[in-house]
Amino acid sequence: MQGRDEEWTALMRSANAGDSAAYHRLLKAVTPVLRAAARRGLARSGQPIDQSEDIVQDILLAVHLKKHTWDDGAPFAPWLFAIARNKLIDALRRRGRRVFVNIDDFAETIPSAPAAETLPTTEIAGHLESLPARQRDVLQSIAVDSASIKSTAAKLAISEGAVRVALHRGLARLAGKLRTE
Amino acid sequence: MMDTERLIATLAADNGYPTRPPARVLAIAVPVGFAISLALLLATLGLRPDFMQATHNPFFDLKFVVTLALALAALPIALQASQPQRLPRRWLWLLLIPVSLLALGIVAEAAAPPPVPAMTRLMGHNALLCMASIPALALPLLAAALIGLRAGAPQRPALAGAIAGLLASGLAAALYAAHCIDDSPLFVATWYTLAVALVTLLGAAIGSRALRY
Repeated sequence: MQGRDEEWTALMRSANAGDSAAYHRLLKAVTPVLRAAARRGLARSGQPIDQSEDIVQDILLAVHLKKHTWDDGAPFAPWLFAIARNKLIDALRRRGRRVFVNIDDFAETIPSAPAAETLPTTEIAGHLESLPARQRDVLQSIAVDSASIKSTAAKLAISEGAVRVALHRGLARLAGKLRTE
Repeated sequence: MMDTERLIATLAADNGYPTRPPARVLAIAVPVGFAISLALLLATLGLRPDFMQATHNPFFDLKFVVTLALALAALPIALQASQPQRLPRRWLWLLLIPVSLLALGIVAEAAAPPPVPAMTRLMGHNALLCMASIPALALPLLAAALIGLRAGAPQRPALAGAIAGLLASGLAAALYAAHCIDDSPLFVATWYTLAVALVTLLGAAIGSRALRY
């Protein structure tokens, strides 16, 4: 775990310094750990584990939108698990159960692969339609059609800066919708 | 249809987007809130007529020391509370500073009591105005403090909101002190404290919803 934590911390430092590839690798590396914890949380509160992907996405979104609260000098894992724990408790509570989540749920978790079968449309995807037009178009292009910021700007005939703003605001708004539902 | 792989790629594409940590948002929002509350004070209540003279009275000055100590103590606690992995316990003891200063004031006044009975000093001239003004003056500051904490990821939203309330009401009480003609530490300990408690409760109530992330 020591080596893993150090690697995560190094990746997050690079990410904050502007290295998006490092950030991509970090999110990919933490996802199986988050997924396993989400499944465990769902199983323990007697809920179907096929909802784990919604929780994972919810956590990833919160991690992304709050990453500026991570202190560069501190290890990354405790910060990550604090966010994840908070979102997991929220998610389980929204599903109407009294829940107890232990921080060790994350630390001691064996990473899980995503379910092999095609996943049903996730909560996040369901909220895309309700975004303001530009945010929806930008997210549709980047998140669903996997287009780059550059090609999205060309396709929508707006500047790359405008794409970046719409992308960030769209993600923040999605997080808000997940919270209030 | 958005799978997690694609969400991750999307988040990575948004990596460089500039965001402000809570400390920086607070550094902008709180001075703005303070300016609004100061303008509000000057436009409505104004300073007390004998303001310059009053500054020679140590009990008048103590009101500013105590209220500003409260605000200054709340600030690092608020910053602590804005981090997801931290409970603001480590700095909570700082709140003992304004409390002790006020207690010292009460003792000092009791040691050389003025000719007015203690109960009269405690009741003061206008306790109701104090109770209404401090919360009113605190509203712009509370909004500022909550905006700052919203940039964070507090583990306990209601607690973080309460701390925002302490920060806001400390500054608002310092402003009101410039108008208030009651200088007895007994008055401050009663009515200022009640007003601060009111704002703190309001902060907790708003925070429990607005500071969730």
